[in-house]
Amino acid sequence: MKKISVLDRILLLLTVLMAAYQISYGLNGLSVLPAWSYTIGFGILLVAGLLLIILGFEGLESQIVVILSTLIPLSISLGLVAEHIPQYTLPYFIFAALGFGAVAFTRFAAEGKIATIVLAVVHGFAGILITILPLILSLNGFVSTGYLLVGLGGALIGAGGLLLAFLKTGKPILPRDTILSVLPVLLLLMTAAYLAGFILK
Amino acid sequence: MCMLTIRRVTKKYLPLIKSLQTGLLVVTGLAGYMSARCPVHNIPTVLGLSASLLLSISGSTVLNMWYDRDIDAIMPRTSKRPLSTGEIEPGKALIIGLVFSLIGVSWALALDLLYGIVIFAGLFFDVVVYTIWLKRRTAWSIIWGGIAGGMPVLAGRLLGLGQIDWVGIALALGVLFWIPTHILTFSIRYHADYQKARVPTFPSTYSFQTTRLIIAISSILATLAFGVAGYGVGLTWGFLRLLAVLSAGLFILAVKSLTSPSERLTFGLFKYASLYMLSTMLLMFLTGM
Repeated sequence: MKKISVLDRILLLLTVLMAAYQISYGLNGLSVLPAWSYTIGFGILLVAGLLLIILGFEGLESQIVVILSTLIPLSISLGLVAEHIPQYTLPYFIFAALGFGAVAFTRFAAEGKIATIVLAVVHGFAGILITILPLILSLNGFVSTGYLLVGLGGALIGAGGLLLAFLKTGKPILPRDTILSVLPVLLLLMTAAYLAGFILK
Repeated sequence: MCMLTIRRVTKKYLPLIKSLQTGLLVVTGLAGYMSARCPVHNIPTVLGLSASLLLSISGSTVLNMWYDRDIDAIMPRTSKRPLSTGEIEPGKALIIGLVFSLIGVSWALALDLLYGIVIFAGLFFDVVVYTIWLKRRTAWSIIWGGIAGGMPVLAGRLLGLGQIDWVGIALALGVLFWIPTHILTFSIRYHADYQKARVPTFPSTYSFQTTRLIIAISSILATLAFGVAGYGVGLTWGFLRLLAVLSAGLFILAVKSLTSPSERLTFGLFKYASLYMLSTMLLMFLTGM
């Protein structure tokens, strides 16, 4: 497996610091559900970044990576829904809970193909929602243009999460070493985009 | 010439105080002080607090190393320490340890009587109770090491407040419960070393699995204690959320280490626990600013 470099560690540290800033200062003023939904998403990024710094890319070998990498877009998309279209919070919460449960269950109990399909549907839908919703909100003037960066962050989160999740299912979209090479940059960019989008809201 | 001599002497004697461990404990003391909303620009007190903590913690560390030099020489991990190799004479180390401790505790007493007593208690528990009396007799000695480790944060807070309060005790308990996570992962990683030196540890007295269970339980208790302390200190919701995230990371790692044990995971838990403590103290510190 590819060894983690000093540059990778620096990029991950920056990601960790930005995620910590977002959790500490970037969610002030939000109500309970969106605040904690975003906290879970950024919290997983933060802890994952720290563990990658400590353990290197071997830390990705755990089976739990698939489940946690699904939780990132699910929780952030739930936060967006609860914040901007609260009337859909309950149905989306049910989708997120069932989707998460399905990914976790099929990961351990179902055949590889079914697990991959469930993962693609749940992860893909959440990723699209994070990308599209800020775009719609921005185009309709509910938020400033800078909020589009949240959509960009969402797209990167979705892409990064899918890359990781499919890597762990044994059906990598890109070669393993390529994914590991771009992962720290991708994590940094997605966190930076999300952070900037929130600040410019 | 003079600079070269200073550099040479520093390089030779610095390992005696385990600078990272001492530094982390000094940070807990400063965080305890700042958690009482004391101004960081109160220069004389901050300097006095830092210096008295640094000297007393360094002193107790040197005294520990002086007393344990025989077992340090047996264990491969510690056999390169200056007292084990003979690079520093034991008599010199003993004098350094006693002088540091004496100045540190005296300075602490001069700052505030109760603060000085707590600092002295920490030194006493660490050197006499933990190192000299219990370390070679029972694996449970780490509890006394943990109590000693909790004293700097308690002392820092009481110096800021002028009294011991429940928040200070919760902070000290957080450190006390954090110590097993830190030390027991170490005793798993270097199990063979401790066996060789015949120092009783949890893995050798009980089992690796029991030790991992204790690590998981103590991690949960540490996060709860820091959570309660954080609330008492008045951390913002943002900081409390961040503390919850960091605590969840420690908890998940501890449970994972219990269910799927591996040397890599043990090492990861050990490192994460150190970062967790540093981050928690930083949050307490920032709250006071």
